[in-house]
Amino acid sequence: MGMTFIQKIIATKSGKDTVEVGEIVTIKPDHLLTHDNTSAIIQKIDGELNRYGVVDPELPVIVLDHVIPAASEKNAAGHKKIREFVGRFGIKNFYDIGEGICHQIVYEKGLALPGTIVLGSDSHTCSYGAVGALATGIDRTEAAALLLSGQTWLKVAQTIKINLTGSLKPGVSAKDLILQIIGDIGSDGANYCVVEFHGDIESLSMDQRFTIANMGVEMGAKAAIFPVDGVTREFLMGCGIYKEMYREIIPDKDAEYLKELDYQMNKIEPVVALPHKVDNVKNVEEVEGVDIDQFLIGTCTNGRLSDLREAAKILKGKRVAGGSRLLILPASRSILMKAVKEGIINIFLEAGGTVLPPGCGPCLGAHQGVLAPGERCLSTANRNFKGRMGCKEAEIYLASPATVAASAIHGKIVDPRKEVRG
Amino acid sequence: MRVWKYGDDINTDMLFPGKYTYTCSTPDEIKPHLLEDLDPQFALNVRSGDIIIAGKNFGCGSSREQPVVGLKAVGIAAVVAKSFARIFYRSSINQGLLLIECPRAVESYKEGDFVEIVAEKGIIKIAEKVFKFPPFPKEVMKIIESGGLLEYTRKKLKEKNLN
Repeated sequence: MGMTFIQKIIATKSGKDTVEVGEIVTIKPDHLLTHDNTSAIIQKIDGELNRYGVVDPELPVIVLDHVIPAASEKNAAGHKKIREFVGRFGIKNFYDIGEGICHQIVYEKGLALPGTIVLGSDSHTCSYGAVGALATGIDRTEAAALLLSGQTWLKVAQTIKINLTGSLKPGVSAKDLILQIIGDIGSDGANYCVVEFHGDIESLSMDQRFTIANMGVEMGAKAAIFPVDGVTREFLMGCGIYKEMYREIIPDKDAEYLKELDYQMNKIEPVVALPHKVDNVKNVEEVEGVDIDQFLIGTCTNGRLSDLREAAKILKGKRVAGGSRLLILPASRSILMKAVKEGIINIFLEAGGTVLPPGCGPCLGAHQGVLAPGERCLSTANRNFKGRMGCKEAEIYLASPATVAASAIHGKIVDPRKEVRG
Repeated sequence: MRVWKYGDDINTDMLFPGKYTYTCSTPDEIKPHLLEDLDPQFALNVRSGDIIIAGKNFGCGSSREQPVVGLKAVGIAAVVAKSFARIFYRSSINQGLLLIECPRAVESYKEGDFVEIVAEKGIIKIAEKVFKFPPFPKEVMKIIESGGLLEYTRKKLKEKNLN
């Protein structure tokens, strides 16, 4: 019997010929991602860091993104503590405020390569499955232990195979596809499992794959994997990373899967996840006309250049409806710079939008766009839990950049295909 | 001992709102905000030894560990659920919080039932009914027996540096 992606990568990493599903294996991750929570992580192990130091200064990747620039004295003190830690232990991969959202930075800087294992103290670490890395979220305590020991345990999870056929129609995006899948299988539909995407995946760009893998955790998945193909190789080449610099892990054709699901991409329509659960998914037609106070385009799910281009195409020459507001949150400085150069940012500003610094912004409810009781937000983010954007009496709807952009013009939810057709 | 009963998909924002994630990290800072947006009575009235019984996918969402640290700090004896989200499950091992995945026990529970857990035997009694739950794998038990992941790591580091 052949092996799935997770079986193959764990076997390779642990120097074994084969591993069984359900087996628990000790592994050494290639990178450990932490962000603003680094200050709380290192605080747990102050004594041990003094005595033993960091196991390997090349292991951590630290990105300040969650509450940037600091919204309070406490945040500022946390950031200061992290900068001191970085200097003291010579941490190689540190990205200070304004560089971008941690997941985008790991992706852009080539820190998650095919065949590597990346663990991160953030649930959306699963995003790097887009490039064929085994990437998953852990808590702060485990991140602290990893800084000291460099190793942890992983269970060889069962795998669900999703076969994608055809291609997405105009006006329909990868966000609609992944929301549809989560709506179908539920927010625990892939709990404890790895999800592998197969089939006509070459029609999906790296940005689209990133959006899909990013939301893997919203169906409970440990990891969401796109096996390496020509699209991946081309993307990595653009980052200055050549084939010789990574190991492609391709699941065996006769691997055993827990189950297989088939999706015809040309049948996917624009959808919206309604409050307060990501799997509460409806076709956009069913929610058209719902009044919205705040629109958010960006985040680690949909803040890449292709997402901003899609939104700008719709917003060009238009204005955000009176009484509502539009926030733009590019996923990194490099994306923001390109968007400025292409005139995209100007389109948003002329439409009446507010551009936020590259970071997590209002997505986690700490600052920069917290909602008021009774308000509604239509967002391209990945989570719509009650209270997520700072107020438990507010509602969050999730959709694609095109749907959010088209809706912003009307101040209410609309089908983006109507705007595209003009 | 009191049982706190909740439904399916109790997520990390309900257990500990995200807006406090970067200002509250210690158990004392976390405790007043536990389950704030789900059940404001919880933080006010929870007592050491209490049990939580919930539906499927308990702890889904963020990787934040404050819910686990907080539940452990207020003395929750165990969370019994139909299933747990992966990161929450792992985090509970790291903090030494007892999780019991037992759908039949959850379905059997009615308000007012007496609940007793005998962890070392892997059994949970609800009213007079007895349910078995599977033990943790032995690799994971080592972490729990050490008092959590940090204690386990400290012990390992000491051994390594003595040799």
